[in-house]
Amino acid sequence: MQRVRVRGVAAAGVALAAMALSLAACSSSSTGTSSGGSSSSLSGTLNASGSTFQLPFQQAAIQAFKSVQSGMTVNYGGGGSGKGRSDLASGVVQFAGSDSPIPSDEVANFKGKTVLYFPVFLGPITMSYNLSGVKNLKLDPAVIADIFQAKIKTWNDPAIKAINPGVNLPSTPISLAVRSDSSGTTANFSLFLMTAEPSIWKLGSSSTINWPSGAHAGNGNGGVAQIVKSTPGAIGYVDYADAKASGLTFASVKNSAGNYIAPSPSSASAAGTTVTLKPDLTFAAVWSSSPQAYPITYQSWDLVYQKQSSANTAKMLKAYIGYLIGDGQKLLTSLGYAPLPSNIDSKAKAQLSKIGS
Amino acid sequence: MSAVQQADQAAPGSVPAGGLIGHRGLGDRSFQWLALAAGLLVLLILVLIAVTTTQQASSWFTTEGLGIFGTVWDPAANKFGALPFIYGTAVTGVIALVMAVPVSVGIALLLTEVVPFRIARPIVYVVDLLAVVPSVVWGLWGILVFATWIQHIYASIGSAVNGIPVLGALFGPPTSGASFFTAGIILAFMITPIVTSLSREVIATVPTIDREGAYALGSTRWEMIRGVVWPHSQGGVVGAVLLGLGRAMGETIAAALVIGSSPTITSHLFSTGYNMPAVIANQFGESTGVWRAGLMGLGVLLFAFTIIVNVIARGIVNRSARRMRGA
Repeated sequence: MQRVRVRGVAAAGVALAAMALSLAACSSSSTGTSSGGSSSSLSGTLNASGSTFQLPFQQAAIQAFKSVQSGMTVNYGGGGSGKGRSDLASGVVQFAGSDSPIPSDEVANFKGKTVLYFPVFLGPITMSYNLSGVKNLKLDPAVIADIFQAKIKTWNDPAIKAINPGVNLPSTPISLAVRSDSSGTTANFSLFLMTAEPSIWKLGSSSTINWPSGAHAGNGNGGVAQIVKSTPGAIGYVDYADAKASGLTFASVKNSAGNYIAPSPSSASAAGTTVTLKPDLTFAAVWSSSPQAYPITYQSWDLVYQKQSSANTAKMLKAYIGYLIGDGQKLLTSLGYAPLPSNIDSKAKAQLSKIGS
Repeated sequence: MSAVQQADQAAPGSVPAGGLIGHRGLGDRSFQWLALAAGLLVLLILVLIAVTTTQQASSWFTTEGLGIFGTVWDPAANKFGALPFIYGTAVTGVIALVMAVPVSVGIALLLTEVVPFRIARPIVYVVDLLAVVPSVVWGLWGILVFATWIQHIYASIGSAVNGIPVLGALFGPPTSGASFFTAGIILAFMITPIVTSLSREVIATVPTIDREGAYALGSTRWEMIRGVVWPHSQGGVVGAVLLGLGRAMGETIAAALVIGSSPTITSHLFSTGYNMPAVIANQFGESTGVWRAGLMGLGVLLFAFTIIVNVIARGIVNRSARRMRGA
C-alpha cells in the first residue's frame, strides 16, 4: 500500500500544477497596453473558443492578421458553439464563435449584459454520397427527410428515381452517415429539414438528433466524410470544405424556388442576400427564398460583449473582428466558405463602433 | 503498474497517531504535515468534484425525477433518460472482462509459475507497454483499422447465425464496425495490463513452502496451481478483475470513437450502441440547459458506480492480502 500513498501525493501535485496553469492562462489575457495611443498599433492577447465550423477560417485569419497587428496575439480554441457561449458567459474568453443564436435557456447565463452578434460567413452543408458511376444526383427536401428517417432504404427507391430521370440508380441499400458529437452542422441540417418539410420531418431540430438505428456515426465533419468515402451506398451531411477536401461527390438540392442548386461558395452567398436580418443581426440562412440559393446553407457568428472591461480589449476586439468582416473575407472562398453578402456585411461593420469600455 | 491507480485509493490510510508527532524532529514533523495535507487535498478535491457536479446536475434530477432512468435520450425532443448509456456501460464492461480476464490470469500464471524470472521480465515489460498507449490512440486505431477490418467478420457471423434463437439475437444483423463488441474488445486490450499485473502480484504472495509441499505430495504443476495457488489468490484476482472493470467503465475517448454513438438498448452486440463516458465526451460541447445537466448527472452516476466498484475491489484485495499474510 506504500506505493499507492506516494502516488496520491504526486496526483495532488499534478492537480495543483494544472490548476495553477489554468489560472495563469485565464489571467494572461488582455494584459497588454496600447503603445501608440491610437488604434494603429495594439498589443495584447485575445482568447476565444467555440464553433469548430469557424476553426479553419480563424486559423487562417489569425495567421494573416499578424501582418496587420504584429503585437496582438489571438487564440481560437474550438470546442463547439455551446462551449464557446458558456466560456463567454463565464468570462474565460473575450469572444465566442457560435453557429446559432444564444438559446433561450442560456440567456440567463449572460446576466443581462448585452451580447453583440457579428456574422462572419456562410457555408453550405453538402449531401455527400458514395455511389460509383452516379454523378449529378438530385435530391429534394422531402426525399432527404425520408432518407434520414430510414423511410427510403434503397437507392433505386421510386421517390429518388422520380426526380432523377435517366439516372441508372443501383439497388444498393442506403447507409446513413451522421455526427457522433453534438454539432452546429447537425443543428442547421435538422433546422433545414424542419423548415422545408415540417410535416414530413419528425426528428426535430437540435445539435444532436436521435438518428434511426443503424446509422454510422463519425466524429466531426472529417469523421462523417471518412464514413461516406469508405462505405458504398452511404449518404451523409458534411460541410462543403471537408467534403471538398475528402474528394466526395455531392448532390444538388432543390431550393424553395424549385431550382436544383449545387453547393458552392457563390450559391451559399446567394442564400444570404434574401435573409430576414433581425436588429441584433441574427438570421437563419437555411431554406432561403433566393432562386440562386443553395438551400442547406448555414452561418456563424462571433459573439462579443458590448461593454468591455478595458479600453485596450475593446480596441483589440474592434481591430480583429473588423478584420474578419473586412479584409479577412477574401480568405473565405479558397477555404470553402462563402463571404457575407454586402447587405449583411455592411450592417456588421456598422455595429463595430458599439464595442466600448 | 499502477500508473492507472485511481485517486480514491489514495486516502491517507495510515497517518501515525498524533501523539507520536511531538517527539520527532522538525523535518519529520513538517514531512508528516505535508503528507497529511496532500492526502487530505485529494479527498477534498474528490468531495468538491462530487458536490459541484451534483449541483450542476440538479435540474436534470428535478425535471426528470425517476425519468432519469428512462429509455429515450433525445435532445431534440427534450427527453433525457440514461438507461441506454447505463446498459451500454454494463454490456461493454462485461464483454471487456470476458475477453481480458482469461488472458490476463493466464499471463499472470505464466509469469509466476511457468517461465523463469529471466524470461518473465521482458514479458512484463511488453504487457505493461499496452498500458502506456494513450487511449485516443486505441480509439483511432480501433475505428480506422480494427473496425474496418472486423466489420466483415461481424457481417459474416451475423448472416450465419441470423434466425437461430439465442445466437441470432446476440450476434445477428444489423452489424456495424463501430459497435458494443468493438468497444468491448478495445477496452479488453486496455484493461489487460492492470488485471495482469495485479493478479501477478497476488499470485506471487503464495508461499513457496506451500507450492513445494504440493510438489512433494506428487502433484503436477496444474494440480499445484489448482490446489494451492488458486485457493490462495482467488480473492485477490477477483479484486484485480473489478479494478479492471472500474477502468473499463470510465474509459472515455476510446469508447467514444468505437462504440457507434446510437443510444439504443438492444441484445445485438454487433450493432451500434452508446455508453456513459462516450455520450458525455460527444455531446457536452453543444449542450444547453437540462441536456447539459443530464450529461453532468451521467458523470455523477458514473462517478458513483466506479467508486462502488473500486471500493469493493479494494476491500476484496485487502482482505485476501491480510489472509495471505496470516497463512
